[in-house]
Amino acid sequence: MSTPLSTTKLAKFTTALIPTSLTFSQDVIEDALAQLNSSEFPTTRNEQWKYTRVGKIAAIEPQIKTEYTRKLPKYSIAENAVTFVFENGIFRSDLSYGEVINGVTIKPLTACTAAELASVGQLAKNEGNVFNSMNSAYASDGIYVHIAPNTHVQKKIQIIQILTGNQTVANSRNYLFCDKFSTAELIFGAFSYEATNSFNNVVTEIFVEENANLTIDKIQYEEAGNYTIATENVQQAKDSTFTINTLTLNGTLVRNNLTINVAGTNCTTNLNGAYLLKENQHVDNHTVVDHLAPHCNSNELYKGVIDDKATAVFNGKVFVRKDAQKINAFQSNGNVLLSDNAAVNSKPELEIYADDVKCSHGSTTGQLDEEAVFYLRARGLSEKSARHLMVSAFIGDVLEKIESEEVMAFTQKILQERFGWEF
Amino acid sequence: MITIKNLHASIDGKEILKGLNLEVKAGEIHAIMGPNGAGKSTLASVLAGREEYEITSGEINFDGADLLEMSPEDRAREGLFLAFQYPIEIPGVSNVNFLRTALNEIREYKGKEAISAKDFMALVREKSAIVELDAKLASRSVNEGFSGGEKKRNEIFQMAMLAPKLAILDETDSGLDIDALRIVASGVNKLKSSENATIVITHYQRLLDYIVPDFVHVLYDGKIVKSGTKELALELEEKGYDWIKAEVENN
Repeated sequence: MSTPLSTTKLAKFTTALIPTSLTFSQDVIEDALAQLNSSEFPTTRNEQWKYTRVGKIAAIEPQIKTEYTRKLPKYSIAENAVTFVFENGIFRSDLSYGEVINGVTIKPLTACTAAELASVGQLAKNEGNVFNSMNSAYASDGIYVHIAPNTHVQKKIQIIQILTGNQTVANSRNYLFCDKFSTAELIFGAFSYEATNSFNNVVTEIFVEENANLTIDKIQYEEAGNYTIATENVQQAKDSTFTINTLTLNGTLVRNNLTINVAGTNCTTNLNGAYLLKENQHVDNHTVVDHLAPHCNSNELYKGVIDDKATAVFNGKVFVRKDAQKINAFQSNGNVLLSDNAAVNSKPELEIYADDVKCSHGSTTGQLDEEAVFYLRARGLSEKSARHLMVSAFIGDVLEKIESEEVMAFTQKILQERFGWEF
Repeated sequence: MITIKNLHASIDGKEILKGLNLEVKAGEIHAIMGPNGAGKSTLASVLAGREEYEITSGEINFDGADLLEMSPEDRAREGLFLAFQYPIEIPGVSNVNFLRTALNEIREYKGKEAISAKDFMALVREKSAIVELDAKLASRSVNEGFSGGEKKRNEIFQMAMLAPKLAILDETDSGLDIDALRIVASGVNKLKSSENATIVITHYQRLLDYIVPDFVHVLYDGKIVKSGTKELALELEEKGYDWIKAEVENN
C-alpha cells in the first residue's frame, strides 16, 4: 500500500492496519482505499453520527497481530452448535468445532476463492461509510456461510468473535447466502477476554433468496472499555423471511447499523432489539427497512432499559418506495430510564412514497410507573423485586420473540449476573 | 389489632388528618364514612405506607409493632392489606406471577419455605372462585384491560390469596353495579374470621347492606367526629352530612 499523502487521523489509523489479503474484487478494495483517502472519522456534525462520538475509536493506536495461539476461556451460547471462533478477526481453528452439515458450506473467508466472494461489497457500500471502507480494505477474516437450495438446516450454527488485547483493532467481514427454499438459524456472539480500549469493526452481508427463511440471533457482550461497530446489510428476495434479534448486554460503545432491502414481493421481515445499559455505556441502533416491492410485512420492535449515566440512541427508518403497495410496516421503540442521568435519543422515521400501505411507528421514553411500584410493594414485594418485575415485563416483550431456548437461557444468565434481573 | 392515636398527616404542607383516633380489634368490621375531602383516602394511604404523606405526629400500633416505622412491603408482610380505590394497571406483569412472588416474599419474611407451583395453582383456583374471577383474568397482566368491576374483584382475589390480618377496603364499592357489589361483598364476608379485621372506607351506605359493620365512624375534617353502630350509616344515608358538620361546629 502506498503511504497516504494526507495526515488525517483516519490516515494515521489505517496506516497501522494490514491490507486485506482476502479475495475480494479488486474494485471493491480500490474503491475502499479511495474512500478512506478522502475521508475522516465521522463527527457529530454528520447526521448519521449526531449522537454517537467515535473519538475513542479514532484515538486508538492500533496493535495488529496476524496469529493468536493463547488458550482462551470457552465462549458459547448454544452448546451443541457448530461453532466457529475468531479472535480479533483471525480464525481460531483450534477453538472451533462441530461436524459437517449437509448442504451447508461454512468456512473462514481466508479459505474462499474469488468466485465465492464475488458479491462481497454489493450490499455493504463503501461510499460515504468510513467503517465499511476500512473493513473492505483491511478485513483480516470472517465467516462464509452458503446454504444450498432446499436445505433445512436443523443444527444451530454459532459464530463467536472474541476481542482480546489492548488497542486491538479487528476488522471482520462475514458473508451469508441462503439459497432458494432453505431454512437456517445462526447465532452471532461478540465477546471479549481481558480486552481494553479495543475496537471490533464487523461487516456482514446477507442474501436471503427466494422463499428462504433465515433467523439470526446477535448477542453483544463485550467487556466495558471496548468499542464495536456492527453492520449488517441484508437483501431479501421474494417470498423470503428474515428475522434478526439484536441483544446488547454490555460494551462501552456499541453501534449497530442494520439495513434490510426488501427487494422481492411477499416477504416478511422481523427485527427485534433489546439493549440493557448501565454505567457509562453508549448503545446506538440505526436500522433501515427499505420496502422496494409490494405485499410485504415488516415488524420492528426495539426496547431499552437505561441506568446510571448510560445513553441509548435509536434511529429507525422505514422506506416504502413508490411501487411497494400493500405494505404493512410497523415500528416501535420503547425506553425506560432508571436513573436521572440516563439518556435516550430516539428518532423513528417513516418515508412513504406508495399510497396503499399500512404503516405505523412510535417511540416512548419514560420512567418506571411509581404508582405501580407502590402497588406491588403494598402486596409484599420488596422495592427491588417490584422494579425488577416491571423491567422484566417491559423488556420481556422483545425477549419473547426469541425462539431459541439456548439464546434465551444465555440471555437470562447474563441479565441475572449483570443486573440481578430474573425473567 | 390496630390502634391509631392522635394521627396528624399532611401532604405538600397541607394538613389532612388532624388528630385521628381509632381502635380496631380482631374479628371486627369497622366502616369509615364521611364527605368528600374528609381524609378517608388519606387514612388508607397512610396506613399502607404511601411516602408522599408526612406524619407530623401521632402513632399507629399494629399488632404490637410500630406501623409507621415499616416500609410498605413490611406492612403487607405483617398482614396489612389495602384494596386500592383505583387499582393500577401493570402491562406485562402477570397477575399470578406477581402474586406468587408476593406470597413467597411474605413467606420468606416469616421464615417459611416457598410455596410449590402445584399448591400455588390450587390456591389460585380456590381463591379466584370466591370472587367469581375468571381463571383467565387471574393469569392476565395485572388489571390491564379489566373492567371496573373486574379490577375490584381482582383486589379481593389478591386479598384472599394473601390472607391479611387487617384489610382496608378503600371505596371498593364505588363504580360497581349491584351484581359486582354483591360478589365483592360476599367475597369479603367469606374471608372474615375471628382472627382478622376489616376497615371499610366508603362514601355510600349501600355497601354496608352487604358487609355489615360492627362500628361506623364518621370522618370529618381529618378527625373521627362520631362513632356508632350500623344504624348511624342509615342515618347518614337519610340525612347527609350537614347535621354532623353543624354538630362539630357547635362544639
